[in-house]
Amino acid sequence: MTRLKRLGLALLGLVVFLALWEAMPRLGLVNPALVPGPSSLPRAFWKELISGQWSEAVLGSLGHYAVGLVVGIGLGAILGILTGMYLTIEALLAGVVRVLRPVPGLAWVPFAIIWFGVSPAAAVFIIAVGVFWIVFFAAFGAVRSVDRDLIELANAFGFRSGWARLVKVILPAATPGILVGVRTALGQAWMSVVAAEIFGVAGLGQRMMQASSLLASDIVVVYMLTMAALYGLVDIAFLGLSGWLTRWKA
Amino acid sequence: MAHQMEGLIRLDGLALAFEREGTRTEVLRDLDLTIERGEFLALVGPSGVGKSTILRVIAGLAKPSAGGIRIAPRADGTPSSVAMVFQDARLLPWRRVIDNVAFGLEKLRLTQSARRARARQMLDLVRLEALAERYPHELSGGQRQRVSLARALAVDPDVLLMDEPFSALDPVTRHTLQDELVRIRAATAKTVLFVTHDIDEAVYLADRAILLSGSPARIADDRRIALPHPRLRDHHALVAATEHIHRRFAGESYADGDGV
Repeated sequence: MTRLKRLGLALLGLVVFLALWEAMPRLGLVNPALVPGPSSLPRAFWKELISGQWSEAVLGSLGHYAVGLVVGIGLGAILGILTGMYLTIEALLAGVVRVLRPVPGLAWVPFAIIWFGVSPAAAVFIIAVGVFWIVFFAAFGAVRSVDRDLIELANAFGFRSGWARLVKVILPAATPGILVGVRTALGQAWMSVVAAEIFGVAGLGQRMMQASSLLASDIVVVYMLTMAALYGLVDIAFLGLSGWLTRWKA
Repeated sequence: MAHQMEGLIRLDGLALAFEREGTRTEVLRDLDLTIERGEFLALVGPSGVGKSTILRVIAGLAKPSAGGIRIAPRADGTPSSVAMVFQDARLLPWRRVIDNVAFGLEKLRLTQSARRARARQMLDLVRLEALAERYPHELSGGQRQRVSLARALAVDPDVLLMDEPFSALDPVTRHTLQDELVRIRAATAKTVLFVTHDIDEAVYLADRAILLSGSPARIADDRRIALPHPRLRDHHALVAATEHIHRRFAGESYADGDGV
């Protein structure tokens, strides 16, 4: 199948989907108040946009998202790499990891609220916890599977300290593996953003819940699509970045 | 010079054993060997006899279980350096060719431009200057091994350790690289310790070939090959030396000649 044909079929599928969606409320198959047709969305979006609530919600969510990611990825990568490099640290953390790892990220919500209240810090905390484990295990696995021969090479050329080994061999060799984890984390974190905000932290999720309680279902859909679009953009940007970071790969 | 009299590298009663699943395997026991400065010495022997282990000990990658290794310092008193060429080229896939060659130089106090200049010089020496900006996965096996050789030469080592560097190459490329090594060695006058299981290769390249056999390994033959370079591969003296080592290896007793 040519690229053009694939693109055409994808567009066709999308058009059929939108047409069915539009037809359902118009034909009276469902209550338009419960399932707003796509044609009602631009107006709803415009209303949110000029009231400034859309951009405020987007900026709020992206703020939590970015800070939560940085904290979670940073801690996860650092600890994952250290655990991968040093058997002592791995042994030391083995028990703690066993206890904490199975706790779902959202199970931290009660503590997030107790410690931080319903605040951006609580959202950041919940996001960071989810991201942490994904990146931790990705980094640990990536470091463990670094080609031993390359580490021996570093030794043979006199790079014997932990730091020299890390910078010269381990980090570059582990980067593709860590990036796979980070990409998974980007999706996971986006879920955590919405979850944290549904509990009341200001942002897309909170605005969506407000609209839902007012039965403004068109606005709910606007935010759902906003989330999809933002995630899509983040993923594309990330693929660009990781492609550049691993440009040396065959 | 006193240093030269004692040899550049001296292995004294070297022993190495490792333990795996409760069984102790002795790779080397009580091995004595002296390598002179400027010598091209080939260690020949069957796979697994411990040739590579000797290189690894000299490179500091393996610890002997007994005995000593002494590398004489340079005339100015600073310690001598060694550099290794591995059987697989072992290039860092995320670095361009030139940065792979500069790898060992990052240990020295040099500016980036000085490192690059030196790396370019080395690429010139191995005739790969045109591929400086390529990534390793874009190179052929022979080209990779040239990069690996350039990387080792870049740090200007006192001893070049080569661990079956050409054994994974096709025969034509192998011959080309052998000739390249002869040319480069003539240009740099390096001391070379070359491990191979190919007796023809050892005899073609080396000034002295040492045959290791048995377990633990012992020196079964130590021959000088006093033929000047460049050599003809089918020179009768090389053929005779090859034959001699083959027979030694096969366990035949043979009247000891004084080499060729």
